[in-house]
Amino acid sequence: MSTDTFDEPAAGGQGAPEANRKRRNFLVGATATIGGVGAIGAAVPFVRSWLPSARARAAGAPVTLDISKLRPGEILGPIPAWRGKPVFVVKRDEAAVERLKAENDSLADENSENLEMQPDYARNPWRSKRPDIGVYLGLCTHLGCSPKYHGVIRPEPFDPNWQGGFFCPCHGSRFDLAGRVVKAVPAPDNLEVPPYRFVSDTVIVIGEDEETA
Amino acid sequence: MAHRLVLVLAALFATATGNLPNPAAAAASGWPMEAMEPDLRDLPSLQRGLRLYTNYCLGCHSLRFQRYERTADDLGIPHDVALETVIFTGQKIGEPMTTSMDTDQARDWFGGPAPDLTMVTRVRSPEWLYNYLKAFYVDESRPFGVNNKVFENVGMPHVMLDLQGVQRDMCAPEAEDCFELAVDAGTGLYSSGEYDRAVFDLVNFLHYVGEPMRLERQRLGVYVLLFLAFLGVFTWLLNREFWKDVH
Amino acid sequence: MQQSQGRFATNLRSFVGWLDDRFPATETWEYHLSKYYAPRNHNFWYLMGWLATFILVLQLVTGIWLTMSYVPSGEGAFASVEYIMRDVEFGWLLRYLHSTGASAFFVIVYLHMFRGLMYGSYRKPRELLWLIGMAIYLALMAEGFFGYLLPWGNMSYWGAQVIVSLVGAIPFVGPDLMEWLRGDYLMSDITLNRFFALHVVALPLILVGLVFVHFIALHHVGSTAPDGVDIKKFKDAAGKPLDGVPFWPYTVTHDVHATVVFLFLFCAVVFFAPEMGGYFLEKPNFEMADPLKTPEHIAPVWYYTPFYAMLRAATFPLFGVPAKFWGLVVMVGAIVIPAFLPWLDKSPVAPMRFKGAISKAMLAIFVVSFFILGYLGMVPPSPLATVLAQICTVLYFAYFVLMPWYTRAEKTRPVPERVA
Repeated sequence: MSTDTFDEPAAGGQGAPEANRKRRNFLVGATATIGGVGAIGAAVPFVRSWLPSARARAAGAPVTLDISKLRPGEILGPIPAWRGKPVFVVKRDEAAVERLKAENDSLADENSENLEMQPDYARNPWRSKRPDIGVYLGLCTHLGCSPKYHGVIRPEPFDPNWQGGFFCPCHGSRFDLAGRVVKAVPAPDNLEVPPYRFVSDTVIVIGEDEETA
Repeated sequence: MAHRLVLVLAALFATATGNLPNPAAAAASGWPMEAMEPDLRDLPSLQRGLRLYTNYCLGCHSLRFQRYERTADDLGIPHDVALETVIFTGQKIGEPMTTSMDTDQARDWFGGPAPDLTMVTRVRSPEWLYNYLKAFYVDESRPFGVNNKVFENVGMPHVMLDLQGVQRDMCAPEAEDCFELAVDAGTGLYSSGEYDRAVFDLVNFLHYVGEPMRLERQRLGVYVLLFLAFLGVFTWLLNREFWKDVH
Repeated sequence: MQQSQGRFATNLRSFVGWLDDRFPATETWEYHLSKYYAPRNHNFWYLMGWLATFILVLQLVTGIWLTMSYVPSGEGAFASVEYIMRDVEFGWLLRYLHSTGASAFFVIVYLHMFRGLMYGSYRKPRELLWLIGMAIYLALMAEGFFGYLLPWGNMSYWGAQVIVSLVGAIPFVGPDLMEWLRGDYLMSDITLNRFFALHVVALPLILVGLVFVHFIALHHVGSTAPDGVDIKKFKDAAGKPLDGVPFWPYTVTHDVHATVVFLFLFCAVVFFAPEMGGYFLEKPNFEMADPLKTPEHIAPVWYYTPFYAMLRAATFPLFGVPAKFWGLVVMVGAIVIPAFLPWLDKSPVAPMRFKGAISKAMLAIFVVSFFILGYLGMVPPSPLATVLAQICTVLYFAYFVLMPWYTRAEKTRPVPERVA
């Protein structure tokens, strides 16, 4: 290759002998493959840097709550407790617990069949460890608004036959006092139950339970 | 050609790291500095350093960019142990290692809040800190009764006096080129060797805190360089193959 | 199989045809890549343009990612950098890539500019290409300067303070201009906020725009060759330059391999010496900015030090104007004077290898003075250093100012017609 021109580059392999072409195709493929692996590897730091940082994780650490002053029918929250998300702690009286036990056709997931929405210890009619204390994530399972607590049994504009529970003002989803969603509302699932444990009768830690602690 | 590239760039980087004067390293006072090479793989040393730091330093000097949790994880300390032995302030394990000292108090006592030490080894150097902590000596003219050979007229008491003992300057007042400190026998809890070891551990710990990801960085770096070397073989072969047409 | 491949090709062709009717896709591809020819004897020095582009992209991407966690305020900036270093996953890597990238950018750009001096890349018809390049260099210096304040370390603070104070040397308007630049009576987070805006929005836009224009201009006039051959002169029947090679695969394979070699060296620094002994990340910058405490010795980052040394070399007043002003003039002059090269070089030949002994000696002296000045800019001033800096400053300028004479006076060798 001194003075005359060389043919159309052998990249696609038109001008080059067969052996050459194979070798070239192999080298192009191998380099591209290894380089591609490298590109994916290089993307990892950029992708992972979007995960919750140590600060976010520290801010979302388990929270200890004193519930000794909570009286039946009252609610604590929404308080930023689990990973900084709003949490309700609701106290129910005997009558309310009895109402929850009763069969109720109007609920979409009466028996907490969707296992994603609560730890196993909350798969019961009141969806909590202790029937009188309920702990629920205050985020509607529809689009994440924070539902409001309407604890009193009385006709409400959104439900003339209201038995007490949570109502989401954004799109009208309704939940009973155990956070169970009513049929035919936008929200698909019951309110989520965060992991929690009782340190004593009146102190509760939200964000960890006996398994995760 | 690739070789020339490597050579030229290597030469450039070598000049940059090599013999040029280090802008901010040397001790100003002319005190002969002892060498100190930190060892971040020595977990027991780092754990002892952490204990010394919490006992002797954290009261005044915060490590406000370093979290207890990370320290415990990196140093191989279980969280419940850390909560009992390291965190005296009632903080949570995820919180940064801040001090409970009041800034106003600090101003009254020391003339200003004690500096945060998260990156003290990066501002100075591990070596500087090691020598500094060993160079306190009795000087009644100073507010705290001590002065320092590495950091003259420093506004800090000799916090580890009970460990080291009373150290005195052995040189005659006007003596030139005399660098000698000696500890009064029986005044310290530690022997001279034990004190050196303790200071080493403390500085080693602070070196870790200055850049907690250092080992991780180097570990990852080895893989990255190996990968690039491997890829480089292929790009070199590819380049040679196609340029056969030209040369 | 055969059939489906055939259909794929047909579909692709018709799609490209559809595209070409609406956007010059094939035309652009051919003009800038597949049918863009480079001299076939391109060497090491011709890799720098590509590498600089690569680093530009690297800096843009890591910069965007850093901006996601950085807080541009006096209260929060320093802490947010440590937040990135410690709390954000792989944040340390993003930060070290960016800080090392800044230095690597200047290493590559200085080598790229030196290539221009060696092969006369600034000469007709590439004057405009060279001027655009000079504009990129200026924008890059500004970009580096504004970015250096953002970590809000003590060196950031005082370094910026010193450079902004330079403006104060301008007669009459200096002090007012200084306040206007800072937006305050001292460096403060008001200054930090505007530097942030300039660093992450304004200058990157300008840089990308200029680099784009640089490419367009380059592809219009074509690259120089190390031996000064114009590859457009001799073409075969099909119009292909006899001494040229097309971009794919020849330029690409060169550039790809160079990128990997570069990345190897770059990552060696990022992973094993990100502070580079205090040259890439300076020690006082691990301490938060303190308006009451100047670091013992202020030196700019290494890529500015030659000009900083020249600034300090001006120690005497002239024509009744104080030395401080002349320092500024010398510094700005030194940065800008290479822009005049296309009109200073009167030699009949472009590449250094065919020029005479005087040109070669002047270039060598120029490079040596540049290095010495770079060194002097890092060390604390002393009488000897000042004299040395003054000598080197004169030699630096001599290379440019005397060029019209020595390039005309010396004997040159003829440039060959074809690549040997």
